[in-house]
Amino acid sequence: MSNEIAILGAGMHPWGKWGHNFVQYGVAAAREALDDAGIPWKDVSFVSGGATVRCGYPGYVAGATFAQALGWQGAEVNTSYAACASGSQALAAARNKILAGGCDVALVVGADTTPKGFLAPAGGYRPEDPDWVRFYLGITNPTYFALYARRRMDLYGDTLEDFAAVKVKNALVGSKNPRARYKKCFTAEDVAASAIVADPLRLMDICATSDGGAALIVSSVEYAERIGKGDAPRVAAISTVTPTFASGVVEMPDIATDSAAAAGIDAISYRSQLPLKAYEEAGIGPEDVDLAEVYDLSTALELDWIEDLQLAPRGEAAAMLRAGDTTVGGRTPVNASGGLACFGEAVPAQALAQVCELTWQLRGQCGERQVEGARVGITANQGLFGHGSSVIVKR
Amino acid sequence: MSNKPSAPAIEGWFTLDEQPHLIGTRCNACGTYYFPKQDQFCRNPGCDSTEFSEVKLSRTGTLWSYTNACYKPPAPFVAAEPFEPYAIAAVQLEAEQMVVLGQVVEGTGVEALKVGMPMELVLEPLHETDDDVKITWKWQPMSATASEEG
Ligand SMILES: [Zn+2]
Repeated sequence: MSNEIAILGAGMHPWGKWGHNFVQYGVAAAREALDDAGIPWKDVSFVSGGATVRCGYPGYVAGATFAQALGWQGAEVNTSYAACASGSQALAAARNKILAGGCDVALVVGADTTPKGFLAPAGGYRPEDPDWVRFYLGITNPTYFALYARRRMDLYGDTLEDFAAVKVKNALVGSKNPRARYKKCFTAEDVAASAIVADPLRLMDICATSDGGAALIVSSVEYAERIGKGDAPRVAAISTVTPTFASGVVEMPDIATDSAAAAGIDAISYRSQLPLKAYEEAGIGPEDVDLAEVYDLSTALELDWIEDLQLAPRGEAAAMLRAGDTTVGGRTPVNASGGLACFGEAVPAQALAQVCELTWQLRGQCGERQVEGARVGITANQGLFGHGSSVIVKR
Repeated sequence: MSNKPSAPAIEGWFTLDEQPHLIGTRCNACGTYYFPKQDQFCRNPGCDSTEFSEVKLSRTGTLWSYTNACYKPPAPFVAAEPFEPYAIAAVQLEAEQMVVLGQVVEGTGVEALKVGMPMELVLEPLHETDDDVKITWKWQPMSATASEEG
């Protein structure tokens, strides 16, 4: 297929709250990916970085920062910032470069160091900034996750036990993932005993922020075949579409949705739009998916994503969960890595970490959390300001 | 209770009547509503209008979803001491076909709320400064008002 590229190597610095400079995580991830690919650093001719906006100027030019840290060798560089989809946009830039014939082998890398405490907006009186407005009115990040979760309960009959079951499921596989930050197994009782943050969500329903780094070595399919790796997992699709007006779900940091009052305009859910282009581009459907890595900012949000990816009809993700279908060993395992529940979010690295997991799963290298016979995986994530992505990896 | 005068927490975002309304704008060409106000460009991809009129938004709607805040938010939120949890509502406005967030009135917790129930806009204090009491819009279940006014 002409629009596919090969994934030759994957690498990650373990997630945690290490407090080191983000460059250190990116370099460690890049070196692991290079080793995994068996490619010398000097053979990489394009470096595509996911930017971090929390680490000063070196973070804004992350591609160059990582290239310098690995040793300038004359490669071309790119830096992409797209909130939670930064890694996918960096991957898309590498794919475009490769498919245009501009390079054989590219390094895609993202890393972040998260600050301690709350990420509060700048001070003063600034009602023109939606982020300032919502904090002033007392609306924090968990508010949004909780609104979505409550809607599932009142509309579809999801229960607190369902949300806890997502946490228990993800903690169990995460305990078997050496790169995860949280490796402790939890019970439904543990979740129920944690404090309510934003009803109906408890502390253990909501993901933390983490330090981490993830990297991929990608190449043209011809190059992969030339070095005897023609059977390497392929990137079959990357969707980074924007929402379609009118966005009908209230999204962080806004205090209102778009209005769908104009003639010919419908209220549309962005999350459900994201995978459509990915499926179309890969020429496959949800029935072909063996496993999914989705952005579980909250336990309940994992259930929303399952329906957005059309792995279950709307309102039926909890039934799929209860049947054990989303567990490793079930029909379509979701977050076999342990998900954000076990990693915490490291924004510019997270979308790449999802692709790393699919790569290892499709190669059959995941040990106790291995999804047997996995051949097609899909990722999904959504960030601020109309950024999101969905990537399909297959072999 | 405070004897300080009241003042809007954000100037020009809502009327100060007994029956308050949020103040938004509406595109003169396509009819898309905006809250907060937008009067420079229309975000409808099929519309390039630059003409907008200020409008009062519907002051009632149906509850799209709800939650609460059990922990004190960071600044610029100004919390009372001790911090009192409050509920938050997302309310769907029929004519405007949009959902607007806001706190729920004091004394109404999540246990009193249900997706789909009718809600109305009221004004209540958000916090106090040295000079005045800042008021903002909040959502209130309609049944509560009906019985009070009954
Ligand atoms: Zn318009």
